[in-house]
Amino acid sequence: MHELGIVEHVIRTLHDVAEENNVRRIGSVTLEVGEVSGVVMDLLTDCWNWFREKDDLVKGAELLTETIEAVTVCTACDKTYRTVDHGKTCPHCGSKETYLLRGNEFSIKQIEAELFDDPEDGEPETE
Amino acid sequence: MKVIELRRTVTDSNDRDAEALRRELRSKGIFLINLMSAAGSGKTTLLSRTITDLTGKVDIGVMEADIASDVDAVRISGLGAQSIQMHTDGMCHVDAGMARAGIEAMEDLKADVVFLENVGNLICPAEFDTGAHRKVMILSVPEGDDKPLKYPLMFRESDALVITKTDALPYFDFDLDAAKRRALALNPDIRIFPVSAKTGEGMAEWEDWLLSELEAWKRDA
Ligand SMILES: Nc1nc2c(ncn2[C@@H]2O[C@H](COP(=O)(O)OP(=O)(O)OP(=O)(O)O)[C@@H](O)[C@H]2O)c(=O)[nH]1
Ligand SMILES: [Mg+2]
Ligand SMILES: [Zn+2]
Repeated sequence: MHELGIVEHVIRTLHDVAEENNVRRIGSVTLEVGEVSGVVMDLLTDCWNWFREKDDLVKGAELLTETIEAVTVCTACDKTYRTVDHGKTCPHCGSKETYLLRGNEFSIKQIEAELFDDPEDGEPETE
Repeated sequence: MKVIELRRTVTDSNDRDAEALRRELRSKGIFLINLMSAAGSGKTTLLSRTITDLTGKVDIGVMEADIASDVDAVRISGLGAQSIQMHTDGMCHVDAGMARAGIEAMEDLKADVVFLENVGNLICPAEFDTGAHRKVMILSVPEGDDKPLKYPLMFRESDALVITKTDALPYFDFDLDAAKRRALALNPDIRIFPVSAKTGEGMAEWEDWLLSELEAWKRDA
């Protein structure tokens, strides 16, 4: 159960962020998830929906995700290609000596939050 | 509502806990090693043999992490080494909070070196810093020489790679040179030790490295 652990860590990180930014409540969390991060999004969402109800800071908060395309680079010919299309075999030269350049990331990109000293409590605000 | 940009990895809070634990262990003089591998690669067997071989030279303690069972801690305590079993309750890795709880639960800990036998899995343990001073991973011959290509992060993160079960090389299609080359391509600094915990072949090189890393760590204080 990788996903349960991830959600716990996300929520702990959000508590740190809330403290630093004077956040009262979080309305949404946007994650950046690489195509080959190995995280099962459905499971992650289920875990999130379960955990968020037990925590006042994130109660009812929506979980949004942005996908990052996975790219592999070939050490034999130095070209890159889409990992999900060709796996570990380079489509340019056939070499298997390849490694993932990006696509296994998993990070919290941004949150929408209500602050303690926000006069327009709950109103959308643009920067 | 206000949008706050974070760009934080989910492991940020764990990273801070890990750094704090690492410093505390330094002040206690405990050298912690995170031992990672797939399930059944030979972690407990390697540790058992290492403990036996180094008896009288260095005191080794072991924290066994397992999803639910106790068998590994029982094997280790049978050798006279201090050990503790941690249950991760279904979690696939050990994080810094769990490592701290394990250290605190080892009463009167006298070891110079403590191994944390992580949960058998090549993905998640690589992502979570446990507060260890060194990371060691195991790849066993039956698993195949293409593992570095499938699980690059663990190879990049580890200080040493122990290739175990080399006594099985004649029976498997495992190219030792290819495995080394692939690991070094991901991590040019990784130290590689082919060993058989069964015959003892290669154990001395691995144990020498361990002792020299311990000395280097003590000198860095
Ligand atoms: N032939 C051979 N077998 C080995 C060697 N090392 C371990 N084994 C066998 O591999 C199996 C698994 O070894 P363990 O040491 O229990 O592996 P582990 O990584 O601790 O396993 P988990 O804790 O369950 O993930 C056992 O049957 C061992 O006897 C070795 O060097 N050679
Ligand atoms: Mg074991
Ligand atoms: Zn190529």
